[in-house]
Order: sequence, then C-alpha cells, then structure tokens
Amino acid sequence: MSDLLNFYVDNASLLLEKSVATLSIAALGLAIALLLALPSGVWLGHRHAGSFLSINISNAFRALPSLALIAIGLGLIGLSLINIELALVALAVPPILTNSYTAVDGVDPDAVDAARGMGMRDRQVLTKVELPLSWPLIFAGIRTASVYIIATTPLAALAGGGGLGDIIVNQPTYHLVGVIAATIVVVVLAFAVDGLLGLVQRAVTPRGLALPKELQTIVPAADTATTAA
Amino acid sequence: MIAAAAVLAQGGPVIPNFGRGDECARSNGKFCLHWFLDNFDNRFLPRVVEHIEMTLIAVSIGFVIAFSAALLVHRWPRGELWFANLASIFYTIPSIAYFQIMVAVTGIGWTTIEIALISYTLLILFRNTLTGLHGVPPETLDAAEGMGLTRRQMLTRVELPLAMPAIIAGVRVATVTTISLATVAAFITPLGLGAPIFSAIQTGANTDFIAAGVLAILLALIADLVIVVAQRLLSPWQRARGGAT
Repeated sequence: MSDLLNFYVDNASLLLEKSVATLSIAALGLAIALLLALPSGVWLGHRHAGSFLSINISNAFRALPSLALIAIGLGLIGLSLINIELALVALAVPPILTNSYTAVDGVDPDAVDAARGMGMRDRQVLTKVELPLSWPLIFAGIRTASVYIIATTPLAALAGGGGLGDIIVNQPTYHLVGVIAATIVVVVLAFAVDGLLGLVQRAVTPRGLALPKELQTIVPAADTATTAA
Repeated sequence: MIAAAAVLAQGGPVIPNFGRGDECARSNGKFCLHWFLDNFDNRFLPRVVEHIEMTLIAVSIGFVIAFSAALLVHRWPRGELWFANLASIFYTIPSIAYFQIMVAVTGIGWTTIEIALISYTLLILFRNTLTGLHGVPPETLDAAEGMGLTRRQMLTRVELPLAMPAIIAGVRVATVTTISLATVAAFITPLGLGAPIFSAIQTGANTDFIAAGVLAILLALIADLVIVVAQRLLSPWQRARGGAT
C-alpha cells in the first residue's frame, strides 16, 4: 500500500501527462463515434425506419474484437493512432446508435401528433419535441460508450503508444505497483467521466421528465431489441 | 522450435517462424496467403480452439454465477445494487491490466485468464437476467398464481421462459465481449488468437497480425450468429408474434 502511494508521489507528473493523453485519445474516439452514430440513429428514429439496419450495424460492430482491429491496423498501416481510434469507434458506435435510434423512435406518438397539430414543421418536431424527450436515453448510450472507450484506451500502448497504457504494458519498467497505480487512474477516469456525463444528462433532461432509475447505472442491460437479428 | 533454432544456427538474419521458402513471407508482405495456409494447422488452428475453450468456460461459469445472483436478487431485491456495482467496477478495469494483476495472485495460466474473463461477463449476464425477470407482466403472474402455481413453478414455467429473450441477449453480448477480451489474454501467456498478435508485435510479421485479427473477428461473428439461431429455437413464440421489438 505504501509502495502504491510512493509510486503516485514519485510519478505524479508522468501519471498526469499520461492521463491527459488517455483522455485525449478517448475523446477523439468518442467524437468520431458521435459524429457517425448520433445523426444516423436520430434520423432513422425520426423516420421510424431502419430498425433492422441500426440494430444490425450495432450487433456487427459489437462483434469486432478491439485487439483484432488493432492487429489488422498494425498489419496494414503499422504503428499509428488510427489503429486505436478504429477500435474505440467500433466500441462506441453500438450503444450510441442503438440508444439514439430507440429513444427517438420511441417518443410518444401523441406528443409528435400534438406538435404537428400546433403547426410545427418536421425539423421543429425533431428539435423541439423528439430530441428533448430523447436526451436521457441518448446520454445513457454516450455514458456507456465513454466507459467502454476509457477502459480500452490502454490498448493504445500496443498500437502506436500514448496514455496510461504505456505504463500498464510496461511492467518490467514500472513493476506491478506501477501497473496497479495506472489501472486505478484509468478506473477513476472512467467513473469521473461517467459521473460528469451523468450531470450533463440530468441538465439536458426536460423538467417533468423523470430519469428512470435503470438508466443511471454505468452499463445498462443490453436491450432485448438487440436480439432481433 | 528446433527447426527455427537450426536455421538460426546457420547464421544470417531470419524472421522467426518464417523459416522456409516463400518470397512473400521473407519480405514480410501484408498478407501471405500461401504462408498462412501452410501454417494454419500448427500456428492458427490450435489458437482458435483455445480461444473457443476460453470463451465457453468463461461464459458458462459466468452465467452460473450471474444467473444464481439474479435469482437471489429477484427474491431479495436488496442485493441488486450491491452486485451491480461490484460487477460495474470490473467493467472499468482495462483487461490488459487485469490479466497482469491476476497473475500476481493466481500465477500464469488458465485460472488467471478465466477469473478475469468471468468477471467481465458478470455484469451483462446479471443485468439481463434481472431485466428479463422484471419484464414479466404482473397480470401474467396473477394468472399463474390464480391457477395455483407455486413460486417455484411460477419461476420455471412462467417467469424464466418469458425472460428467455433478455437472458439470451445477455449471453450474446457476453460471448462476443469475451471473445474480444480473450485476445488480450495472450499478453500474459501465448494462448488463444491473441498469441499470434502479441508474437507479431515482437516480430512485426504482418501476416500474423492480419490472419489472427480476421480469425478473431470471424469467430465473434459466427458465435453471434449461432446464438441468434439458438435464441430463435428457444423462444418460438417470439417468431410467431413477429419478432421482439
């Protein structure tokens, strides 16, 4: 235990630097996944079309082992940030896509009818009614994705370097105590980011729309919908 | 190994395991099909078998633990948060670190790998079993009770069959996740499809990277498909109703 404390004291600046690198690798992966999955999920949900498509894309991405993607990247392009980002995006797309589709698709049709009856245009229905009602579930997906991503970011150390993984895969240099210390930082980062996004989730949830308890745990149950092949 | 040592003894630069012939393999081409096919039986097939074993053991034991925990919690709901939080923590531990840390406790070998892999399956299997059990409509339970079913009969004849789709959805995600994490196990000892990958990180052999990567993806996709088919067979009423949504 005192070894662990000593490691933190002796390597504070190294850990800080690696943590920043971990977070930026994770943030880039999350950003790309959001750009790809969020608009497609929301759009498909808005059209109430493509449940088959969004569910199957999610399932296919889920079946891509992170290290396998990294290995293929290493074989094809060599050491590069692209390898790890590819793996992270594949991890983050399914929860974001599934949740944004399910959320928008599941908005109470009466609310949408009322909005149309009030003379809202299609775009307004989406931005003023469907999206606000969907944010809680969409954010649940983003939180899950961010936890997956942060827990997997250490594999970057195999794919071109960067972040706390550099310490975790280098036990000969940093010893077990270093591995454990860096691991604890990763776990803390994952919980911190999840907590932070949880606050955002609460902030964007319209007043009057209670946040279901089920959405607040770190990894929600896989939707039964995912079984529809 | 002996052959490789003999080649090394003759001197000259040799890429490990690339002993014989093949121009592609010697120049470390992106993917040497010929070399891959020549070496499939001894270099890749055993790793595929190990990978399947690792996954089956982890998901089965994980299922027994998570399923029992879910049944207990179903009756005594207080334990739910406790188990879910414990299992959540495992989820945030990077696998490559977890395997190493477990080595310090249980040594290098199958036990260590399985303990780590099992811990990762628990959360998904637990939550999905519980979600399935909670999803049974109260009217259905009332009807069952009215028909005079005991608690045990209600569980085995009503609740579990109705929870089956959610449970299998959990097994499906747990299985593909385990196949993914099992590739990382080779970081501590060369077992499973991660073995050629970590070997290639040392040697730079592109064919190892791509062959093992593609095989791992294929394994995950096939496992996914097998479970979907099993799910269809195990809950025929869903098909009759036109699929779950």
